[in-house]
Amino acid sequence: MPHHVRPLVALVALAIPLAVAPLAAQQRIAPDAPTPDPRVGLKAGWFDAGEAIWNMQRISHTKPSSDFTNPSTPGDARLKNSDLAFIGTHVIQGNYSGYQIIDIANPAAPRHVTSYVCPGSQSDVSVYGRLMFVSHEANTGRLDCGLGGVPDTVSAERARGVRIYDITDISAPKSIAMVQTCRGSHTHTLVTDPKDPAHVYVYVSGSAPVRSPSELPGCSGAPIEDDPNSALFRIEVIQVPLDNPAAARIVSSPRIFTELSAPPEHAANSVPGAPASRQRGAPTQCHDITVYPAIGLAGGACAGYGLLLDIRDVKNPVRIGAVADENFSFWHSATFNNDGTKVLFTDEWGGGTQPRCRETDKMEWGANALFTLENNVMTFKSYYKMPAAQTANENCVAHNGSLIPIPGRDVMVQAWYQGGISILDWTDIEHPIEIAYHDRGPMDDTKLVSAGSWSVYWYNGLLVSSEIARGLDIFALTPSRHITQNEIDAANTVRFEQLNVQEQPKIVWPPSFAKARAFVDQLERSGGLNAEQLTALRDGLTQAESASGATRRTTLARLGNSFNATASTDRRKALMLVEALEELAGASM
Amino acid sequence: MRSLLPRCSRLLCRHLRPLLLLALATAAPFASAKAQRLTPAEVARRDGGIAPYTPADVAFMTGMIGHHAQAVQMSRLAPTNDASRSVQILAERIAVAQQDEIAFMQRWLRERDHPVPPADAAHHHGEHAEHAPMMPGMLTAAELAQLQSARGTAFDRLFLTLMIKHHAGALTMVDELLASPGAAQDDDVYKFVSDVNADQDTEIARMRLMLESLPPTSAPRR
Repeated sequence: MPHHVRPLVALVALAIPLAVAPLAAQQRIAPDAPTPDPRVGLKAGWFDAGEAIWNMQRISHTKPSSDFTNPSTPGDARLKNSDLAFIGTHVIQGNYSGYQIIDIANPAAPRHVTSYVCPGSQSDVSVYGRLMFVSHEANTGRLDCGLGGVPDTVSAERARGVRIYDITDISAPKSIAMVQTCRGSHTHTLVTDPKDPAHVYVYVSGSAPVRSPSELPGCSGAPIEDDPNSALFRIEVIQVPLDNPAAARIVSSPRIFTELSAPPEHAANSVPGAPASRQRGAPTQCHDITVYPAIGLAGGACAGYGLLLDIRDVKNPVRIGAVADENFSFWHSATFNNDGTKVLFTDEWGGGTQPRCRETDKMEWGANALFTLENNVMTFKSYYKMPAAQTANENCVAHNGSLIPIPGRDVMVQAWYQGGISILDWTDIEHPIEIAYHDRGPMDDTKLVSAGSWSVYWYNGLLVSSEIARGLDIFALTPSRHITQNEIDAANTVRFEQLNVQEQPKIVWPPSFAKARAFVDQLERSGGLNAEQLTALRDGLTQAESASGATRRTTLARLGNSFNATASTDRRKALMLVEALEELAGASM
Repeated sequence: MRSLLPRCSRLLCRHLRPLLLLALATAAPFASAKAQRLTPAEVARRDGGIAPYTPADVAFMTGMIGHHAQAVQMSRLAPTNDASRSVQILAERIAVAQQDEIAFMQRWLRERDHPVPPADAAHHHGEHAEHAPMMPGMLTAAELAQLQSARGTAFDRLFLTLMIKHHAGALTMVDELLASPGAAQDDDVYKFVSDVNADQDTEIARMRLMLESLPPTSAPRR
């Protein structure tokens, strides 16, 4: 039984104060979703757990390399896999003890290329050409990448911050710089500046305690009233000269929280202009920042707030909006839709190690909060949470994901730790809906052993998931009433040469028959065209595809004129179809 | 490092291992040079999946269970003591979060064969606690009684005031742990204290703002 569904209505209704949010806004369950939900009650196991999958297929599962897995110690925190970055056919998978590089040129048979040992957790990773960046947060990280830890409370051997590697030879990465920061680097975000091709930038988010000034001069964990140079209440910006990356250094420490002090109400926009000379109530850190350079904005998930930043001056991001929500505790990450008209924030309540998807856990807690974004104002619309109840032995909460580039829709794949992978459609932002999933049973049915999907990202037609304890999973979408083969094909026309999901790329679809057919399918789903029109369009597209040159062009032009887009009940989509047909005709010269 | 004490009894291991690990850790240059030739998996095989830890880690986990138990006890008063809606939401979140964290700390101690304190606050204060030094931020019996008898806005104000103090105490405990040589070298411990640090710091900020926006105690309830 999809147990969370019925209580949801009551919970949401109770939780909404003062009619700030429309009562109608709530998550939907697809009418064809399997019932009872097969994710409930899966058999426990490490590499032999029960599995449930819907509207996707698994292409491969790759265990961690023997350097990073020990068969007799499941759940060892030192061997956790973390985030992913992509370059060419290679996946870089962070691990608390370093990282692995895996070649997925043949996704059915991925190949280990490198297991690089360098402890420091959580090893958030990103990549830019021949450079790779890895976050070190923990106090065990050593400058020499050794495994001995750093027992001294003050030590010149400790490495907390961002390490930079040269991966010109990807099978033999070379550590070339270690940029030390006061709070280490919990996550980091690579930022490219269109106006500054000589550098790349790294925004560092640190949420761990501040280290001693005896270890790194200048570090202060004092309240800002006592010390204006406090390492709290700021992020760090590292500038990396591309012609000399070893000279990377911190160039600014923007205080993006200044005068942020409105009390949290239900998803209310705070008042950034309040005359607050004190920093009381302001966040002291960000957890993660997603930048979207194409629109000059970033979404900062910063303690109790979701921030909107103007990043057109990359070195000096400026806060231009903020939201707080009494149902959110710790804002974790942000994802924009491709148009930049919506933003989704996640609440990683419990830090990812706690079981927050039990039947007793509320659907709006440890969930996503979805906002529209108009003239830099964020307006709350709904919550979304992976809807299958998990056991108390499964760490589960909203975590990392990325857009799946289906044209005309906002579809996202997202990791929920041991809650598995959930694909949501948030095109209708007031009614997000789950349209595909994968889940495993718990690692252990007697106690909580941390595992599950840390992050899952769409990369060149594949859904690649970093499983904390179990390795790397690669999936592909399978056609369903929610996503047709044409929509999958259209998504697959989008290719990235490299991908750091927290530097969100603007998706541009090349003209293709798949894209036009995807829009036709969407018009069928929405009832925007009648059966006769749909048949005419599909037949016409088949004819055009089998023709070439001028014949193809005229066939496509005729198709574009064959129906009255503005009369469609789904006018917006019909116009997108017309545009796709015109683009295709233009590309048929 | 468990393999270094292959034949010791559970009891002996419990007391000796942390000391031995601390001794090894102090000899870090030698230990790390030697360990560097090992892979992380080999290290895990040698120590049975138990990363080095110290008596300070054990004391932190043991004490923090009682500290959390009191936060849960305080939070459970919100529904019965006529707290405002927003304080009730906050209190419920604190109760759920800290109960789960108690389960984590108990698991951590159990896996290392250390005594596991119960999750029930009644075991952590009252008459027995009178003899032990109070952990930072803990409420006295008098403060707890005052909170138990407060109602409405008076409860909100007292709850927020005392919970801010309680959370600040937890942050002090984290600082003290990190100032102890060799502590929090276990990734599970480090991640946990980082989460406590970030979560409770965030909640303190929120509670301060909630406190400032409370109506005067004498005013009628909203």
